[in-house]
Amino acid sequence: MSDAAAAAVVIGCSAGGLHALRIVLAGLRPQLPAALVVVCHTGSEDVEMLVGLLKRDCALPVSEAGERCQLLEGQVHVAPSGYHLYIEQERRFSLSIDPKVCFVRPSIDVLFESAAQAFTSKLAAVVMTGANDDGALGLRAVRARGGLAIVQNPAEALAPAMPQAALNLAGADHVCQLAEIAPVINRWCA
Amino acid sequence: MHNIPMARPEPEDVEIELFIRALQLRHGYDFSQYTRASFKRRVLNLVTAQGFGSISEMTGRLLRDDAFVAPLVAGLSVPVSDMFRNPGVFKALREAVFPLLKSYPNLNIWQAGCAFGEEVYSLAILLQEAGLYERTQIYATDFNDAALARAQEGIFPAREARTYSENYLAAGGAGSFSDYYHARYEHIKLDEQLKRNITFANHNLVADGIFCEPHLILCRNVLIYFTDTLQNRVLSLFRDSLIRGGFLCLGNKETLDFAPAGKDFVAVDRRARIFRRASSNQ
Repeated sequence: MSDAAAAAVVIGCSAGGLHALRIVLAGLRPQLPAALVVVCHTGSEDVEMLVGLLKRDCALPVSEAGERCQLLEGQVHVAPSGYHLYIEQERRFSLSIDPKVCFVRPSIDVLFESAAQAFTSKLAAVVMTGANDDGALGLRAVRARGGLAIVQNPAEALAPAMPQAALNLAGADHVCQLAEIAPVINRWCA
Repeated sequence: MHNIPMARPEPEDVEIELFIRALQLRHGYDFSQYTRASFKRRVLNLVTAQGFGSISEMTGRLLRDDAFVAPLVAGLSVPVSDMFRNPGVFKALREAVFPLLKSYPNLNIWQAGCAFGEEVYSLAILLQEAGLYERTQIYATDFNDAALARAQEGIFPAREARTYSENYLAAGGAGSFSDYYHARYEHIKLDEQLKRNITFANHNLVADGIFCEPHLILCRNVLIYFTDTLQNRVLSLFRDSLIRGGFLCLGNKETLDFAPAGKDFVAVDRRARIFRRASSNQ
């Protein structure tokens, strides 16, 4: 049984995201003392397949983020399709079907902004490959509340628009190659 | 108890509290039991859309300008849906629930939180195709009068017609979706006949009581906006309204696990979130 998380890592990606996520999740150490929350735009009606794929090379348990459920330490929570995912002040998930933000739902901005309010400086946020600018405003909110910002090096990203937009608007504490992201998270959690 | 360090609240969070309190005291709308993160985002969107500098400025306006309340409430309720949204759910209703409803000579169906009417018209079409429409009285309710007025019109953007049509077929529609509307320039207008047994009415789940002894309640993606406390109140209201063995259909990702009243429902189709009122309740 895992404990309620005292810290969280939120990760957003879009086009090319599955490949990137698999590399990052594979590098995380078991029993990471933080909850991970992932938004990856897939376009399909459910994320069952995505969860299945991510499980393969991740040492941590991976499951869909459940409505009203608590964020758990050492657990990877994947945002369901078709809903925005929020983190409430008491560190539980909530959902909405409010209009799309940056043409997507779930939106990375929505997750990041609510996570920033709930976790303030106990939050790390990662923006990776993607073809739009979702996540940039969210990353700025994370930094404004003292959270850590990690952005995939746009030169290496399959779709550079998203990490580039995040860098332009919010800047970052770390601009990394994919392979370096997990070690940064592991160290930050230590 | 988990120990979450409580920092001094941000000015914005205090402003939200005061805004909610003002709406409640001055106008009787109670949003205090809405999940806070999405509500706050909606309020901040309204502040920007209406050209205010802060939440407090908007609170000042709502205190003194009664005419501002209707657009404000409309903006806070943000109705979003599609016809036959999640077609698998409508298919499950048609295949698992309708055959059981056939045994009743008269049927009441309540759609709570009907927004612009997308789902109530979807239901009407399926009832018609199943031969149940004539014996059914449908109540479509919402607390947002502007949305109710739109729902009553049954007019939707033409660009949605293709999606609705695909959804209709995936839901097991027996004919062609185009049989049910007339295209007019940028819009489609649904067949007037579809609403002859639909009553649109204002009902606020936050404050109002038992309603219409329904055989089926459709309330999809409404409870996600409510705290555990309000969710439990509404589920109790549904339980007490439903006939014995009546059906409840919730949104695809909604859970009953955090509400004591959830125990009074048994799952019929877990994936489609279709439940039945348990035969006895204490």
